[in-house]
Amino acid sequence: MRYLIIILFSVFSLSVSFAGGGGCGEESQGYDPTNTAYHHIGDANVYSIGPWNIPLPCMLYAPDEGFDMFSSGKFGIGHHGTGHYAYKGYVLYEGTVRRIVDRSFPKEKTEVECVYAKDVDGKEVIHVKYHGKDFVTHNKSTADFGMFGGGITSYYDFSITKNVVSMFLVFLFLSWMFLKIARMYKERVGKEPKGIQSFIEPIFVFIQDEVAKPFLGKHWERFTPYLMAIFFFILALNLFGQIPFFGGSNVTGNFAFTMVLAIIAFIVTTINGNKHYWEHIFWMPGVPAWIKVILTPVEVLGIFIKPFTLMLRLFANISAGHIVIISFVSLIFIFGNAGESLMGSIGGIIGSLPLTLFMMAIELVVALIQAFVFTILTASYIGAATEEHH
Amino acid sequence: MEVVGLGLAAIGAGIGIGLIGGRAMDAIARQPEAVGDIRANMILTAALVEGAALIAMVIGGFLL
Repeated sequence: MRYLIIILFSVFSLSVSFAGGGGCGEESQGYDPTNTAYHHIGDANVYSIGPWNIPLPCMLYAPDEGFDMFSSGKFGIGHHGTGHYAYKGYVLYEGTVRRIVDRSFPKEKTEVECVYAKDVDGKEVIHVKYHGKDFVTHNKSTADFGMFGGGITSYYDFSITKNVVSMFLVFLFLSWMFLKIARMYKERVGKEPKGIQSFIEPIFVFIQDEVAKPFLGKHWERFTPYLMAIFFFILALNLFGQIPFFGGSNVTGNFAFTMVLAIIAFIVTTINGNKHYWEHIFWMPGVPAWIKVILTPVEVLGIFIKPFTLMLRLFANISAGHIVIISFVSLIFIFGNAGESLMGSIGGIIGSLPLTLFMMAIELVVALIQAFVFTILTASYIGAATEEHH
Repeated sequence: MEVVGLGLAAIGAGIGIGLIGGRAMDAIARQPEAVGDIRANMILTAALVEGAALIAMVIGGFLL
């Protein structure tokens, strides 16, 4: 059994993360662990389960050409999620849709020679080779104002991506589970919990007694549904991302997702802040006036830094976990010289397998701790905002 | 230089979280009955220390 798992593991890793990318001959075919890691923690328009690529709907909006909606299967998803076809002037590169800048490119389904990355002034730009000519492509617009190499480009991507599908799946699963548990509580009043009910109840009571009650005081009943929702949603998504070969979606390690959670926490805290909370921010009682001048800007900044660190903490922890695991798996290909050397690969597997398993075990703990930390910090922020004068 | 900065941030967070964990162990050894409270506060404080390192990481790793 153990050998079977090892063999399965190595076969799947080979098919999933072996270097590809179209490559028009000019590119080195070596293994690039950095690129692989970033590709794996990023979002994609393809859902990959093991060696199979499941196409997802693409919803693309370009201000000059309007709305386009089609399946990403139109791109003929090939090796490593790179498409063989261009459709409506879009191509697929490593799982993400890109738009060809030159709009004279044929709009119908066109077979292209390859989609590949080329160095232009030290920056990697994705090109499409078609009839021996190179066409530059744009990445989708991102809301980071160019901070992470993004910014507003010629089109917007509203697709149902891998992360969105994962969120839907987790949402459906949690709804089903909790509605079932709620029904069981209704039917079995006064009886002992049973089945899945007895699995969730201790977790639920733990969050209620260790997080909600101590931090929120007498308001705990009002905020418990919110705390439970974020705790179980983050926990389920963290664990869902840990399932090997099942998409490996990195939802909680996505800036957009954690930002939305942090914004919700910020709104809840700000709306529920009482008089004392705002007084302590703008005019801290009991300190000399000249300290207030220093303290007020710091406290005002603090309002925004709190949700900002909430966002970063979850993002960085989960992304780092995914990167470390993929790096350990990459050891196989680094030692094996991208599949050239069998002995090196075996050595890599011997080295990488225990490390990967160890890291995945650690990540299970991290998944739980980060969900708990997010909840406990949100609770403490809300608690600070709703605390009565003492 | 950014990489050196990232390393320094990791060292700082490591020392901080190590102190928190060590003191929490001391506290649990002294008062085993308060283990629940100590653990919750330990995780909370560790998360706050980690926040500083994460800000360093994001600013050093992405913005610069």
